[in-house]
Parts: sequence; C-alpha cells; structure tokens
Amino acid sequence: MAQPPITPAPTPHEAITDAALAKRRRGRNLAMLVALLALAALFYAIAMVKMAHTGQVP
Amino acid sequence: MDHTAAAVAAEARGDEQSPLALSASGLAVSSAGDWLALLKPRVVGLVVFTGLVGLLVAPGHLHPVLAFTAVLCIAVAAGAAGAINMWYDRDIDALMRRTARRPIPAGRIAPAEALGFGVALATASVLLMWLATNTLAAAILALSIAFYVFVYTMWLKRRTPQNIVIGGAAGAFPPLIGWAAVTGSIDLLPVLMFLTVFFWTPPHFWALSLWAHGDYKRAGVPMLPVVAGARSTRRHVFAYTIVLVAVSLLPWALHLAGAIYGLAAAALGAGFIVGAVLVLRDRQDARGVSQTNDAPARKLFRFSLLYLAVLFAALAVDRLAG
Repeated sequence: MAQPPITPAPTPHEAITDAALAKRRRGRNLAMLVALLALAALFYAIAMVKMAHTGQVP
Repeated sequence: MDHTAAAVAAEARGDEQSPLALSASGLAVSSAGDWLALLKPRVVGLVVFTGLVGLLVAPGHLHPVLAFTAVLCIAVAAGAAGAINMWYDRDIDALMRRTARRPIPAGRIAPAEALGFGVALATASVLLMWLATNTLAAAILALSIAFYVFVYTMWLKRRTPQNIVIGGAAGAFPPLIGWAAVTGSIDLLPVLMFLTVFFWTPPHFWALSLWAHGDYKRAGVPMLPVVAGARSTRRHVFAYTIVLVAVSLLPWALHLAGAIYGLAAAALGAGFIVGAVLVLRDRQDARGVSQTNDAPARKLFRFSLLYLAVLFAALAVDRLAG
C-alpha cells in the first residue's frame, strides 16, 4: 500500500508572509535609528556636562 | 515552494537577489520586540530601581545627565547579561514551558547573534559608565556582568541547588554601583543594601521554584525543590526570610536610616515572615507536595517583588526627607 505523502510542519520562516517580514524589518530599522540617535544625543550631553564641570569649554 | 519560502531559502543561501536578504540566520524573522525580549526587561526593572536608590541615597551630587547615564548603564548591563544567559541556556530554555517561547529556542534569533548582541551591549555599558562616572562604578558593573555570566550561568546554575544563593549576588550589585557612581567609593550603607538584595533572592526564587520545579526537573536544573524536595525548600525559604528581615533592619539599627525606613522595614519584614510561615504550613502530603497548588508560595513570590520595591523606596524617601 502506498504511503500517504508526509507534509512537513511549516517552519517559523515559512509561516511568515513577505509583508510581515518587511514590517518586522522596518520595525528593527526604526528601532536601530532611534537607538543610534539617542546614543549620539547622550554622548553630546555627557561631553557638554563633563566640559562644563572641568572648565574645558573653549 | 511559495514565494515567501523561496525568499527565505534564497536568503539562507546568501543570495543577493532575495528581496529580504539579510543574513544566513533567523534574523529575517526577528522583530525589534524579540531583541528587546533578549534583555529580559521584566527582570531588569527591579534591578534598575535598586541601582537608582543606591544613587539617590548616596551623599554628594551627580549631574542629572550623568545620573541618567549611570542608571541607563545599569539597565543595559543587566539586559546584556540576560542576553548572554539566554544564549548559554538555549538548550534548557527549549525544554522549559516558561522559556520555550524565548527568541532563541523559538528560532527567531540565531544564538551567535544573541551572543554578539549581549557582549556588545555589556562592553558598551561598562565603557559608557566609565566615561560618565568613574572607574570604580564601571569596575563593579563589569564585575556584576561577569559574575552573572560566568559564576551563576556557566558554573553554578546546572551544578548546585545553591545556585540562587551564591548567584544572587549578581543581582545585588546595582545599589553598590549607584552609590559608587556618585561617591567614587563604597560605604557601609550600600553594602547593607547589597546584603538585603542578596538575602532576598533565595526566598524569592525558591518560592517561584516551588510551583515551577517541573520545568527545572525537565531541564535538569538542580533547583532546591528538585534536589531536596518541597518540604526542605519551604524550610529554606523561612530561614532565609528571617536572615533577610534581620539584615533589612540593620540600616535603621546602625542609624544609617531613620524612622520612615525602620517602620517600613519592620512592617514589610513582618509581612514577609507571615508569608513564609504560611508557605511552611501549606497543606501538603507525606512527600511534601502541596495540596493547594502552592497558593502560599505564589502569594509569597508576588509579595517579595512588592517587598523589595517598597523597602528601597522607603529608604530613598527616608534619606531624601532626612
């Protein structure tokens, strides 16, 4: 008797549509942008405070 | 194979033509939330709060920008240690119901990427702490990450039921870091804050493990209920609660904190002891298995979270009001 074809369960990759993947990718990119801008702002603020406290402001 | 599967397969081959080509890993399916989940945000909250209180009660002044940076560094470092922990524990996380949906065991983030993420954030947090505050605070921050990763995660967790006791020190460092960030030194009060969190950790986690020990058993993690049984664990919870309450009263007894803290510590300590007694006297069978679905242990676990938050808030209020 012929064996019924075995259909593998969808992997997490296959279960996700292109649109959902693109949305996740956009979300990650936005999060990275926000994190980098925040880090730049923080470094600027730290530099200003440190310079003001040590009198190294030109 | 449909279009999506083809795109993912092409991506896995590193095919430049794939519209979604990112890397040869699960990166394509991870969301920003998955990367945030790697940082264990729910665990980090209380850790950050104890660090903030350490910073607030320290004598001296730290510019608000630098204080914010110090607290941020504590949060990022704690999250980074959590990410490295998830990388190392991915095999047992997959076996436990509570952790099976984490990004690594669920296949949404590749293990190597999680490790890189954790190491990068850990390094950045220590460097930023050093730039913003001082060497001592950065050194203790580095020590706390190393302790959590190497001593707790890699050495103790899978070897001894005392993993939580010794490993708990990792979560107790933040008050010391906050204090050191302001003063550049360590004093008796932050050491007592460290000891309070240190002795709070075992009853907190053992209360959790009393009802979650099935998960730990499945994963082969020698938590106390798995190794010594529930009855012994309840006795340990009670014993550590007594030590915790005694230690929590020391800042008041040694005149390092005033009446507000003393009253809060006494009232909260009484509540913790009552909870521990209820856990000890939980209805149980001959093997010590709870007949109440561990209701007292669940209550004590929830109360322990409130206990630490209110105790440290009371200390901050007391010192700032005094």
